[in-house]
Amino acid sequence: MQGLTLNLIRMQNARSDPNMNPMLSIKNLHASVAGKPILKGIDLEIGAGEVHAIMGPNGSGKSTLANVLAGREDYEVTRGEILYKGANLFDWSTEQRACEGLFLAFQYPVEIPGVSNIYLMKAAVNARRKYQGLPDMAAVEFLKLIREKVKVVEMKEEFLHRAVNEGFSGGEKKRNEVLQMAVLEPTLAILDETDSGLDIDALKIVADGVNGLRSPDRAFIVVTHYQRLLDYIVPDFVHVLAEGRVVKSGDKHLAQELEKEGYRWIVKEPVVEEIGA
Amino acid sequence: MTTPVEHYVTARQELVLPGSGQAWLDALRDAGASSFRESGFPTVRDENWRYTNIRPILKQTFAPVAPAGDGSGDENIAKFTLPELHSHRLVFIDGHYAPALSSVGQVPEGISVESMANAVLGGLEGVGQWLGKCMPEAGDGFTSLNTAFIEDGLYLHVARDHHVELPVEVVFFNTEAGGQLVQPRNLYVVGENSQVHIIERYVSAGGSHLTNSVTELVACGSAVVEHTRLQEEGAGAFHVGGVFVRANGDSRVVSNNLALGSMIARTNLNVVLADEGACCELNGLYLGSGRQHIDNFTQVDHQQPNCKSDQLYKGVLNDRARAVFHGRVVVHEGAQHTDARQQNRNLLLSANAEIDTKPQLEIYADDVKCSHGATVGQLDEDAMYYMRTRGIDVTTARSLLTWAFAADVISRVSSGPVRNHVEGVLGHKLFSVDRLEDLV
Repeated sequence: MQGLTLNLIRMQNARSDPNMNPMLSIKNLHASVAGKPILKGIDLEIGAGEVHAIMGPNGSGKSTLANVLAGREDYEVTRGEILYKGANLFDWSTEQRACEGLFLAFQYPVEIPGVSNIYLMKAAVNARRKYQGLPDMAAVEFLKLIREKVKVVEMKEEFLHRAVNEGFSGGEKKRNEVLQMAVLEPTLAILDETDSGLDIDALKIVADGVNGLRSPDRAFIVVTHYQRLLDYIVPDFVHVLAEGRVVKSGDKHLAQELEKEGYRWIVKEPVVEEIGA
Repeated sequence: MTTPVEHYVTARQELVLPGSGQAWLDALRDAGASSFRESGFPTVRDENWRYTNIRPILKQTFAPVAPAGDGSGDENIAKFTLPELHSHRLVFIDGHYAPALSSVGQVPEGISVESMANAVLGGLEGVGQWLGKCMPEAGDGFTSLNTAFIEDGLYLHVARDHHVELPVEVVFFNTEAGGQLVQPRNLYVVGENSQVHIIERYVSAGGSHLTNSVTELVACGSAVVEHTRLQEEGAGAFHVGGVFVRANGDSRVVSNNLALGSMIARTNLNVVLADEGACCELNGLYLGSGRQHIDNFTQVDHQQPNCKSDQLYKGVLNDRARAVFHGRVVVHEGAQHTDARQQNRNLLLSANAEIDTKPQLEIYADDVKCSHGATVGQLDEDAMYYMRTRGIDVTTARSLLTWAFAADVISRVSSGPVRNHVEGVLGHKLFSVDRLEDLV
């Protein structure tokens, strides 16, 4: 039933072509963290140009899904498969996935004392270029690129020369994630609760950064707890995750409904089913 | 069978040392010899040598060697020149001054840069007054052994009110001969209100040899002295080095102790803050790989009130390397308003690497500000993951994090060419890349 709903939505959506292979196809994904099963059979298809919001209560597996996609090694995939651009995602290392255009904006961006922001981004840009068989980007060109992107997220240039995320406020860290995303121009960007800890101004800046990157050949997965971010980044699809499964999918109106009604009315159903079975 | 002590006592008796016959110098050397005979070599039963067993050093017999030509034919030496470093440079080969390889250049008036042998022969100003005066009363066997053999090294004297623009660089190069006992003896006297950077380097072409050096440094009132000690002898080398500093009123001494080479390396650094207002900054970096053993013993004596010491020692250890950090800070009676800080941080890159760290504070005054801390850690896994999600491969991510760990110590060295060189060694030694810059 669910697949049918999605295809219906897709057909209404001019941006995607149902006959094309999706960019990302997740089938019956099971994953454990520290031996504890968290994802218990996720099915999800994401096409180029689409923005999918993943919502759900705490502990439903949203962040786990984001990190399994990015390739966190201590998250163990126990069943299922993920095809990304037609290839088996699990054949690729974390860094290879990144070089293939996958980007994760962290829920808790990591501080790296001693490594400057600009150095990290230069390393990242050139790692991708090396992977593509291109020479390093010339220093002047890189500087031009980064100055342009810094303006998009309204960051001061001094942040470029500070150690990665060290001593940054919560909002500055999130903006820094969006900056990196803008510089790396990913094919599939996953934003893991990028809205948490943001005031309304920062939220708008982050949303503008994302919206500016929306394009027919790029997809987004926006993991969020609240409807608020989705007022600014309007999704094509909304999925509700509970107990490690997608329990409901719909369009942007689903998010508004969730905001009003909470998760209980959706989450209850599969639990009952499970007991019944 | 002769004991190691007897071997070295006999070796000394067979030598004719420069300047012998001068009563003060004979007395100094003889005192060293008798003290060495009495104490012998340190063992792990000595508290200050607990973690470093020198048996491998005693299993071999090392002996002083005569000067082997002027060294101009040895291609190895050129490899050890730091490009871009402009300095007043003195080069010593197997412990002997090699004028043909040195480029002392134009030395401003008021400054003497000489080989120790020439200084004692010529009775230069300050030599008799200061030689042997910065040593602790109860030195260990290695220090006494060096004193018994005082022969050559760098003698630097800066008169008062002089700023020496170029660094003074001394390079102790040991040839591949093998079996050499090389005992440089350096004395630096920096006059009141003067400023200088001394770069002391120990390099070798390979082979097994024993370097046992002693450096004495006197910073007179308000002098500013930077002392960079760069030890990168070959993988078969044994290296013991003592650095004894006396900092007088309002002087400032910066010590950069970079221990990168040798199979077994030990440095003893003792800074005496001898007068009010003296301060010192002690920066240390040790990089161990393979089966290297690197031991740093430091002692700061706050003898007078209102002195300040700031110590940061960092170590990066890979493979089966082992390191020791033993840092003593002694605040003597009456040394009120002492400000003493000490930090030792270690990064273990391999499960088989090992560090013994022992910070030690002894305080005999009641109005002081002292802090110390030691950490041992591995590369931050979260940071590794974060970088990899940005496309950076594991080796590059590890190198970047390691470099970041060491960078704050390296950045404290004022000389750019030395900083670049140490970064290069770090990259090459731990990650087989020539320059970390090449990684990104």
